[in-house]
Amino acid sequence: MHLSILLPAIVNGVLNGALYALIALGLTLVYGVLHIINFAHGTLLTAALFAAFFMHQMLGLDPYLAVFILTPAFFVVGYALQRFIIGPASHGNDGNILLVTLGLAVIIENALLFAFRGDTRTIDVAYSFAVVPIAGMFISVPRLVGFGGAVAVALLLWWLLSLTDTGKAIRAVAKEKLGAELSGIDVAHIYAVTFGLGTACVAIAACLLIPTYYVNPHVGNAFVLIAFTTVVLGGMGSIPGALLGGLFVGLVESLCGLYLGESLGQIGIFLMFILVLLFHPNGLLGERA
Amino acid sequence: MKRHAFVPIVAAVAALACIPLIVHSNVVLNFLVTTLLLTLAGQGWNVLGGYGGQYSFGHAAFFGTGAYATAILQLRYGLNAWPAFAAGIAAGAGVGAVIGALTFPSGLRGSYFALVTLAFAEVLRIVASVAPVTGAGTGLLIKLDLGAHALQFQSRAGFYWLILALVTGALVITRLIEQSRFGAWLVAVRENEDAARALGVDPTRVKLGAIIISAAMAAAAGCFYAQYFLFVDASIAYGPWISVEALLAPIIGGAGTVFGPLLGALMIKTLGEAAKLVTGDVPGLDLVLYGAVLILVVGLAPRGVAGIGARFRARLAPQKPREAA
Repeated sequence: MHLSILLPAIVNGVLNGALYALIALGLTLVYGVLHIINFAHGTLLTAALFAAFFMHQMLGLDPYLAVFILTPAFFVVGYALQRFIIGPASHGNDGNILLVTLGLAVIIENALLFAFRGDTRTIDVAYSFAVVPIAGMFISVPRLVGFGGAVAVALLLWWLLSLTDTGKAIRAVAKEKLGAELSGIDVAHIYAVTFGLGTACVAIAACLLIPTYYVNPHVGNAFVLIAFTTVVLGGMGSIPGALLGGLFVGLVESLCGLYLGESLGQIGIFLMFILVLLFHPNGLLGERA
Repeated sequence: MKRHAFVPIVAAVAALACIPLIVHSNVVLNFLVTTLLLTLAGQGWNVLGGYGGQYSFGHAAFFGTGAYATAILQLRYGLNAWPAFAAGIAAGAGVGAVIGALTFPSGLRGSYFALVTLAFAEVLRIVASVAPVTGAGTGLLIKLDLGAHALQFQSRAGFYWLILALVTGALVITRLIEQSRFGAWLVAVRENEDAARALGVDPTRVKLGAIIISAAMAAAAGCFYAQYFLFVDASIAYGPWISVEALLAPIIGGAGTVFGPLLGALMIKTLGEAAKLVTGDVPGLDLVLYGAVLILVVGLAPRGVAGIGARFRARLAPQKPREAA
């Protein structure tokens, strides 16, 4: 295949991958601390995409500005979900947590379907199709912004976790829940904060996605397995792992799409996911379980 | 073996079998057929998830394989519906064996098992939506050929008795498992896999046996779906809806009990119909209710509706002290 086709596919894959990484960051953070798989992650992304869509439609607010409203709002949503629904309903049992987050996913997706029907919506902003020429390729501006945003959020999370008191408490709870509780950390609060941070990541991802993407009630499902693949690939709970995993998954999807056609492009991701789980369940950068 | 253990099954089935003799409304019979269809798929999930503790989020993989195999064998190879139905069940069990053989030996359990089953179902859905043999995007239409020889019935009652017979089979098999050594191993693996292994149980083989039986039941539901609606496409056969509903029925009714899936299926289908009455045919609300009931049941009655009954009976007989759940 000629380089002039291959190279843009690679660049596009990496740029897409950055957004996968951002969605996966939220998932891996929640897994790393709460040790739960949040099945509602994808539908929370759908909800955030709808929120960004209506902010633009009703208030005329640019998605890149809406991010400053939606991020704190979704932090609160995530905090409340963990504190008042997932935590109390699951009695600390893994199987129950799985079922409760699945129940939440079903509720959110179908409430959106009920309210907005199955229509697919897009927003129209001036820069949706803007491109910049780089090294002979035309690179989409919103995707470049998405890439920058993902990297910025990763750095911010890293700073939060390693240099603030809250971050220290989160890491303490992740390592040794009982010990953290004994030294006066409010574990239920820290769990909820972590879940809130994970949900906030999704809100940022939604605002960066919406200029070039569409929204309908099922859109999050496409991202659920991609995000899980990314997280498993990078190692459950590992932040650099999620970043690298995201870029890699984006690349695989783009190249599979190029060689196998659009609809089979996703198969590459799922097969990779199954293979990694079967043969290397700790991921590429994950800690030994 | 305790013979009286089968009395409740016989009684329930006998009562259900009489319904079409009294009620002739197609709406009611259709409701009961879809409820029993869900019971069958749910019983499949229950064998693996309820008794074995392996939560699958991808039972669509088995349901869809059964549905497609029945349809394809009849359409493309001209096979009679009866052997096609049996082959569909076998094909579903085969997919179960493959998924089990791939996942259980590498020690995937809990959330990881749930994720990997979900991924398998998605892969099959995507393949079915592009492969020519499955009719790709347009799906498959089974030819109308009324008569028992083609497993198609003029009246809803015929279909009703067929699905009731299948459900009866699933109830009996589940009861037999419950009373057998295999069932005891399965529960031991659910409660503590390492302890079970230490006592000489081979968890991989036990789980493999469970997933094959489980898949066969879900596939039977898929085969029936194809015969009843005479249409299959990728989002019906391998769609997430059946994975979710097959799990909801036993969890809500009581996972790890023989009648849990039947109770749960009755409850969620009734709830779904009630939602439709209130809102008309706007999609979404029934599933919102299912999700809410799921969270409520997990939060308030972790052992399902059957568990509430058991707790109530225990309270009526206070001389036997029970440990707190």
